[in-house]
Order: sequence, then structure tokens, then C-alpha cells
Amino acid sequence: MTENGSPLLTVNNIEVIYDHVILVLKGVSLEVSEGGVVALLGANGAGKSTTLKAISNLLGAERGDVTKGNIEYRGERIDKLTPSDLVKKGVVQVMEGRHCFEHLTVEENLLTGAYTRTDGASAINQSLEKVYHYFPGLKERRTSQAGYTSGGEQQMTAVGRALMANPTMILLDEPSMGLAPQLVEEIFEIVDALNKNEGVSFLLAEQNTMVALKHADFGYILENGRVVMEGDAKSLAENEDVKEFYLGLSSGARKSFRDVKHYRRRKRWLA
Amino acid sequence: MEFLTAIFVSPFIEIYEYPLFFIEVVLGGLLAGVMYSLVALGFVLIFKASGVFNFAQGAMVLFAALTLVGLIEHGFPIWLALISTIIVMIALAMAIEKVVLRKLVNQEPIILFMATIGLSYFLDGFGQTLWGSDVKVLDLGIPNAPIEFLGILVNQFDLVAAASAGTLVAVLAIFFQKTRIGRALRAVADDHQAALSVGIPLKTIWAIVWAVAGLVGLVAGIMWGTKLGVQFTLTLVALKALPVLILGGFTSIPGAIIGGLIIGMGEKVAEVFWGAAFGGAIEDWFAYMLALAFLLFRPQGLFGEKIIERV
Ligand SMILES: Nc1ncnc2c1ncn2[C@@H]1O[C@H](COP(=O)(O)OP(=O)(O)O)[C@@H](O)[C@H]1O
Ligand SMILES: [Mg+2]
Repeated sequence: MTENGSPLLTVNNIEVIYDHVILVLKGVSLEVSEGGVVALLGANGAGKSTTLKAISNLLGAERGDVTKGNIEYRGERIDKLTPSDLVKKGVVQVMEGRHCFEHLTVEENLLTGAYTRTDGASAINQSLEKVYHYFPGLKERRTSQAGYTSGGEQQMTAVGRALMANPTMILLDEPSMGLAPQLVEEIFEIVDALNKNEGVSFLLAEQNTMVALKHADFGYILENGRVVMEGDAKSLAENEDVKEFYLGLSSGARKSFRDVKHYRRRKRWLA
Repeated sequence: MEFLTAIFVSPFIEIYEYPLFFIEVVLGGLLAGVMYSLVALGFVLIFKASGVFNFAQGAMVLFAALTLVGLIEHGFPIWLALISTIIVMIALAMAIEKVVLRKLVNQEPIILFMATIGLSYFLDGFGQTLWGSDVKVLDLGIPNAPIEFLGILVNQFDLVAAASAGTLVAVLAIFFQKTRIGRALRAVADDHQAALSVGIPLKTIWAIVWAVAGLVGLVAGIMWGTKLGVQFTLTLVALKALPVLILGGFTSIPGAIIGGLIIGMGEKVAEVFWGAAFGGAIEDWFAYMLALAFLLFRPQGLFGEKIIERV
């Protein structure tokens, strides 16, 4: 794993079933260390969002169920907690597609992020100032209805809202989706800054492999509900298969890892 | 020809000749409309927050009124009966969340709707089992007589009722706009999933919304109960909320209020000035016709929430 310290989050061989019949995750294991930025990569439909929702326990609201394996946060089982309890423990998810509260103002959106906090109005105000420090653009838009702000502003509102919970770990689902490259870079730089200055750990799901690996220190590649590859962000970025299939650096048609003879799949999930 | 005159000419002559009378009718209608607004408000609150069309709103109105009268009949002083009824309505909301909603979370809206139909029958039956099914008189000591104000006659009780309803709505507005829970309620109304993701417990919020709807139902129940007597037909008043909702939009709180006022005023004016042309009893169907017209021309209602589309 990454160099610095004990795992903050451990996902052990989980299986997820939707609607009692649709098996989507077929044994996924991963770790995020304290202070780590871990990328969860893979094509559309690979199971990235499902993995994040299994951790944050938002699966229940989509009729999904973790049927095997377990999830630990600081060595403690969290798979039976409610999302609300988990937020109190410091784990917050920023959902794919941002999901701002459209009819609330930007500032009201941010304040909803502090719903679970009990440390008083002045502490919450400090957090608000902190969010505005990282996202100065949001301060200007604080009284606008979130539904009328731009995609980039909505993504920042969503991340800022999560930040308002004072999290130790943010599960960030496809922050780059639908944003111009420059904005994507901006958002990832804020992820870096939050990681360095505030000590927030990140598990980020991305299809944008190149950008994600640039900012992460470790990565997992999901395919069809299984982890097919994992490693340091650097080594993944230099891996020929990754380059070929996910960075689009080769001219050939995109195939599956399964088709690659020289690649031995890691069957961690069988262990 | 005579019919056309009765529709397009005579009523306007009448209005022109007796302007004060017209104002009285309009005022009376508006004041009655306040009560429609309240029932509709109960629907909107629950619909916004949980996407449930609560068929039992009328039953909640009746149940609240029955409980209040029942307690007063058992010798409770009015203030104690009121407080006890408020507690009962809050307990009822929590029970509904635990027993009905929690089990049905994630089900299709139609299933939730049917559950509220069941709930409605249960509340009707349970309330009458507890407190009896005879028509009860609810008298909170507010005079139900007209007073003259600048030459216009208005009913005192209607005035008090409108003032109470106005206060209730103002308190609710502050609660929704300014408090942490109110903000969470609006967040849930916008996006359940996102609300869950930031740690807002849906179940608590639902219980609160049902409790608020129960309190709104209580105020409506007091008003209607005083006017019509506390009896089974109170649940039918809730049916009048349907055209109000169509007019105002199912998700708009101002819509429910203004929709109620328009329908209350519209049906009174229609009855008094156009009733003769249609042989009377316009009041019974006017609201539905108006709603039908709205469905044809503006299905989202007057204030139906704008769907923000932006990529
Ligand atoms: N609520 C759901 N019910 C049924 N199947 C789902 C649901 N959500 C996702 N899936 C399926 O699970 C698979 C993985 O989806 P997802 O986790 O969203 O992938 P990713 O985030 O990697 O694009 C897809 O095949 C998708 O169709
Ligand atoms: Mg996804």
C-alpha cells in the first residue's frame, strides 16, 4: 500500500447485488491509507459508483445490498451503519453528477453539509469560510440558486458541501464528468490541497484515468465488478496495458484485460 | 338568449349596482378559501418531502378535530386539550413513519399512495371508535357572527380563522427558510439521495414533515369543525384540496395558499352571482371545472416548481 501508515478504510472482498438478483460487484477488495489519495478506475459500468455507495451505505436507497465481505473504517465494521452515522464518523460521499440541491442557494447547499455537526454555529461558520477559501468562486455565487450555476460551480458546491461535514475521508465519484479540462485540473488541484493541508483522504472514482493517476498515489482498476489490477499510481500510469486500454495511447481498438495473454489477473477476490 | 343574458349581463349589472355586497362575497370567499389552503398545504408538505400523495390528509383533519372535541367533552380545559391533541398528532406522525413509511421505502409511488388510502380508512375508523361517530359541536368560544367594518359585513370567526392560518403559514415559512431542520426539509424535497449523502436522516425528516402536516391538519380541523360540526364529512373537505392542488401546483407552498384563496373566492362569487343561471349549487362543482381548465392549459399549476434544466 501507500507508504504512510495504517489503513483508514479496508474493503474486504465485497459482493453487491441490486434488486436481489443483479450481481454487480463480484468480490472487490481495496484499501485507503490514512492521508492517502486512491483512484478507483475503470470503464463505464465497471462498478466504481457501486463500490463507493457500498462504503457510504447509500446502496440501500437504490435497493442494493452488500451480500458478502465486509468494510472496515479505522478497524471497525461500518457496513451496518446508516449514511448519517457514517458522515458523523467522517466519511462523506460526493455523488456522481454532483446532486446539488437545485432550489437551495449555494450557501444553503454548503450548510446542509453541516447537518450532522454538533459543535456549534461558530465552528460551522469557520468551516464555511474555509470552503470559501478553497473555492473563492462559490463565495461570489453564495446567494444564487444552485440549479442555475455552472457545472463547475456545482461540482465545487458538492465538494464544498462534503467538506462542511469536517470529513476525514471523501468518496469522490467522477468529479471530472462533463467538465472542461481546465476545470478538471482545477478541481483536482483542490483535492491535492485538501489532502495536504486538511489531511483529508480521498477515494476517487474516475474514468479520466490520466488525470486521476496524476493526482492519486495508488490506483485500482475495476472491470466488470472485479479488481483486475492495482498498484502505485506511477507504475500504473507507466504500465503498457493501462496505457493501451485506459489512456488510449495505442491505436488498437479498446479490448478487455481479459483478452490480454501476458496479463495474469489478480484473483484477490478468491483469496 | 335568456341563458346568455343570465351569464354575461345580469351578474355584472348586479355587481355594479351592489359593489359593497360584491366585496362582501369576495371577502367571505377568501376567508373560506383560507381553509382550503390549509388542507392543501398539508398535502404539499408531504408530497414535497417524500413524494407521497397523502390520501389520508382529510382523515388526519378529522382525526385531529375528533381528538380535540373528544378531550374537551371529557372535561379537559381547552388549552390542555389543544396541547394534548398536538402531542397526539406528533405521535401519530412518528407512528406512521415507523409502521408504514419505513417499511415501504423505495417502493413505487402508487404503492405508497395505496398505503395512505389504507391509513385513511384506519384513521376514520379508529377516530370514531375512540370518540364516537355522532356529530360533535366544536366551540372554542370564538363568536361566529358578522360584524360591520367600513360598511362591509364580515364574519368574526372567519377573521380569526384567517388570522390564525396566516400566523401558522408565517411560522412555517420562517421554519423552512431559517432553521437547520427547515433547510434539511427543503434539501430532502429537492434530492433524497443527496440529502442522504450529506447525512440528513430521511426517516427523521419524514416524521417531522408528517407531524407538521398533522398540525396543519389540526388547525384546519378546528376551523372546519367549528363551521360544519366535527363529523365524517370533514374528510370530504379534503377532496376540495385536490382542485386547489391542481391550481397551485403539487409542490408549491405559495401555490397551495393562493390556489385555496382563488377557489374559495371563485366558488362563492360564482354561486352568488352566476348560481341562478345554472340553477344553483355551482359551489359543488365550480372548483373541479376550474381545475379541469387548468389541467388543459397549465398542467404544472400556477406555481408548480420550475424544473431547472441545465447541463
Ligand atoms: N440501482 C441499480 N440497479 C440495478 N443495477 C444497477 C444499479 N446501479 C448500477 N447498476 C448496474 O451496476 C453496474 C455497475 O454500475 P456502476 O457502479 O454505476 O458503474 P460505474 O460507476 O463504474 O460506471 C452497471 O452494469 C449498472 O447497470
Ligand atoms: Mg459511476
